Amino acid sequence: MDKTWNNKAWFLVLPVLVLVAFTAVIPLMTVVNYSVQDTFGNNVFFWAGTEWFEELLSSSRFWEAMVRNLVFSFIILAIEVPLGIFIALNMPKKGWGVPVCLVLMSLPLLIPWNVVGTIWQVFGRNDIGLLGYYVNALGIDYNYVQDPFDAWVTIIVMDVWHWTSLVVLLCYAGLVSIPDAFYQAAKIDGASRWAVFRYIQLPKMQRVLLIAVLLRFMDSFMIYTEPFVVTGGGPGNSTTFLSIDLVKTALGQFDLGPAAAMSLVYFLIILLLSWVFYTVMTNYDAER
Amino acid sequence: MNLDFSWMAWTWPTAAFFSVIALLLLGMGIWEYASPGGNPRIGVLRFETTRGDRLFVSLLGSAFIHLAWLGLVGPSLWWALALSVVYAIGVFRYV
Repeated sequence: MDKTWNNKAWFLVLPVLVLVAFTAVIPLMTVVNYSVQDTFGNNVFFWAGTEWFEELLSSSRFWEAMVRNLVFSFIILAIEVPLGIFIALNMPKKGWGVPVCLVLMSLPLLIPWNVVGTIWQVFGRNDIGLLGYYVNALGIDYNYVQDPFDAWVTIIVMDVWHWTSLVVLLCYAGLVSIPDAFYQAAKIDGASRWAVFRYIQLPKMQRVLLIAVLLRFMDSFMIYTEPFVVTGGGPGNSTTFLSIDLVKTALGQFDLGPAAAMSLVYFLIILLLSWVFYTVMTNYDAER
Repeated sequence: MNLDFSWMAWTWPTAAFFSVIALLLLGMGIWEYASPGGNPRIGVLRFETTRGDRLFVSLLGSAFIHLAWLGLVGPSLWWALALSVVYAIGVFRYV
């Protein structure tokens, strides 16, 4: 049967195009305009050419924030993905435990980011915080306000607490979609627990895992609110990620030109990574 | 109605840049109208790409070529532009 083509249907996406133009395209154009100029306020601009980009690319502050971001994302993925798989594998598949576990797993995801930051800011304090007080009582010198290592541990544990549930829920969705026939066949073949995981569960979870990795990478690479609330980017600059550095430059110092240049480079990196993930995901689908 | 876009801080070079992007998109639209389907094929990257994908890869790659040139060579970007054009031709030919 021949397909009917009607290009008038394109008009139906016009509202979305208008919305995207006002919320994304026009602001992005403005950022590009700012990135090649300097201003001292009052909407008066001076041409600066590529000066801000040159300054940014030779700035150790920018590259250090970038490395911190990449290290943070890598650590987050290395912890949250295996932990999420482990929890999902051990969650009940039948009975009353299923809704209980699902609700418990969903709870951290429902808490706004700034509230999560505030919870952990208080929780980690060594004078009134439950975690900080008892860790110090155990004889471990823990102070996330002064020690960069402690600040990193706090932020990583906070992120793991907040977002591992997402990986768990995605993996769980992948696991419950596996038909019982696969497990029965494995049992008949005398497959070990590891073999069941390696050859049945992991391949069936592959797609949702890819989505989980994509979401967690993008989100951790753009992280702002939680570390800003907990450490404010400190001690020193030890937890200053790209987004925090960007806000400091744009709103703290009111350096709109350099901040716009940094935004564009940040945007290009995220665009590249999104494209890589998107390509991997769509091609994986095509191969299947 | 008086539309005032001065807050966007337009300059001639950035206006020219966006005009080129708009013209490229318009050109791609006309190309698609003349030859529908996006000409999908599998190139050196070993996965299927359409004309739109190839334009995206060209533009994104060109942005990074310009940034790399600025960071490693210097502020004169004409050679980076030439390199980007060669890169885009390569992408449209082989990807």
